[in-house]
Amino acid sequence: MVQAFSNLMRNILDGRFVYTGELEPHKSIDLSEVISWAKTLKETGRVVAANVTDNPKSVGAISSLVASYIIQRETGLETIYQLRCSDRNRLALISDLLGAAALGIRNVLALTGDYVRQGDTPTAMPVYDLDGTQLVDLIHRMVYEGKDIDGNEIHGPRPQFNIGAAANPNFKPLEVEVLKIERKAEVGAEFFQTQVVFDANVALDFLDAVKHINAAFLIGIFPPRSYAQAEYFAKYVPGVQVPAEFLENLKKISEIPDKKERRKKIDEYNIEYFSDFIKAVKKKPSCKGIHIMAVGYPEVVGPLIERAEGL
Amino acid sequence: MIVVKEKPLDEILSFLLPYNHILVVGCDGCTQPPRGLREAMTYAMLIEMGAKLKGKTNIKCRATTIAKQCDNHICSTTLISQLEGVDAILSLACGIGVQTLVEVFPEIPVYPAQNTVFIGSQEREGGILHEKCKACGECLLGETGGICPITNCPKGILNGPCGGCVGGKCEVPFEIRDETGKIVKTVAKDCAWYLIYQRLKKLNRLDLFRKYRPPRNRAISSSPRLLEVV
Repeated sequence: MVQAFSNLMRNILDGRFVYTGELEPHKSIDLSEVISWAKTLKETGRVVAANVTDNPKSVGAISSLVASYIIQRETGLETIYQLRCSDRNRLALISDLLGAAALGIRNVLALTGDYVRQGDTPTAMPVYDLDGTQLVDLIHRMVYEGKDIDGNEIHGPRPQFNIGAAANPNFKPLEVEVLKIERKAEVGAEFFQTQVVFDANVALDFLDAVKHINAAFLIGIFPPRSYAQAEYFAKYVPGVQVPAEFLENLKKISEIPDKKERRKKIDEYNIEYFSDFIKAVKKKPSCKGIHIMAVGYPEVVGPLIERAEGL
Repeated sequence: MIVVKEKPLDEILSFLLPYNHILVVGCDGCTQPPRGLREAMTYAMLIEMGAKLKGKTNIKCRATTIAKQCDNHICSTTLISQLEGVDAILSLACGIGVQTLVEVFPEIPVYPAQNTVFIGSQEREGGILHEKCKACGECLLGETGGICPITNCPKGILNGPCGGCVGGKCEVPFEIRDETGKIVKTVAKDCAWYLIYQRLKKLNRLDLFRKYRPPRNRAISSSPRLLEVV
């Protein structure tokens, strides 16, 4: 039985359709920019929590635990602490998780993590003592048994986390992804946030395929700030299908010479396109929310949710 | 086979120039490419020539080989009679052979002629050696359709494929390196877990794919390992 330790899970269990955001701190000790993005998300009144990335694409950044804590403290926005297996063995993972619980973090997203050689420190040792599924298992044991993965007891109160994991609706064949998700859910994943999806049909097929799994699914979307960002996804992010029509429309907008006008049109188009997307996927009972990965583009999130919710 | 790559001659000479009488010892065991008597003789000649070019004319090399350098009994019985006057040994074996010679003949300096790369198999057509086994001590091949995820997946994960598998390919570019460690070229490789999925599906054993595999016991594969021979 899933218990709600976080606002995110409380909302899901109460049957509310949830929205989560994404914050990406950099290789810096200055969190002011990311805090201002978090404030914008908080002010929407509809974003229930935001992910804080952990060395995304294996590019080294400030500790996601520290950033998660400071963002929560400074803005009151609940965070979803992302934790990768690429850079830490199980001892370090346990230490960080105990620290996170002590600091009031209530959501963890367990990730295997991009391969270390593809980032900015390719000479580092790739750790992978655990994989993402085993990390879910570890967190579940800490929360529900008060023990670590080797059965050692945690003294005093148990850590309180709701446990998230990643899923990829773009994976072909989908059967492989479904088996993986079943495996993660079996060991304790309570919610899944997905890889970016642009095509609503891909999300709908996915939601049908996972409807037998007892977990909450949040579909990942990425409203691009520019045509170049969308083009990057289409060209360089393997496996993510960007519909041709979406790209063409953004390209047309990108040709508007006036910057202010161009920005306005891009915002409008994102809001139109993704609100239709959200309305479509929201009809599926297995879809419990949307994970909006508008990194560095938080101003689009509020209007997008308003339109999708028909406010 | 244990895959070895010869060290650059300059590096070998930097080890050997302080000595005058060198025994070059091949190994007829499992090194690939072979490093037996023929190769030992070639090395002996190259070292003498290389040393002369560097101004050292009195270096003398003798070549020999033994059945396997990883067996301390074979090393001591076969080599003991050949060591008179020898002031350094150059071993053509893998790192295990080099270290066995050091243990058997602690008073003689022993140097490696090779870098030991991995335990692998040979692709004859392409001339590429593939790493196939990490000697992890907990063989999973019975559950994974005979394909090793610990070696063939860059992350070595037990519950794959990870998010980096796209179209059945691994997102990590595989690097083919020369003996100096320099990347010669990169190639796209199949995702090990995708291959495992396909194989288990064919064998009608997707239950094995779906199964959760708990974390490995890293104590088993922590170096250095000792194993009792019964």
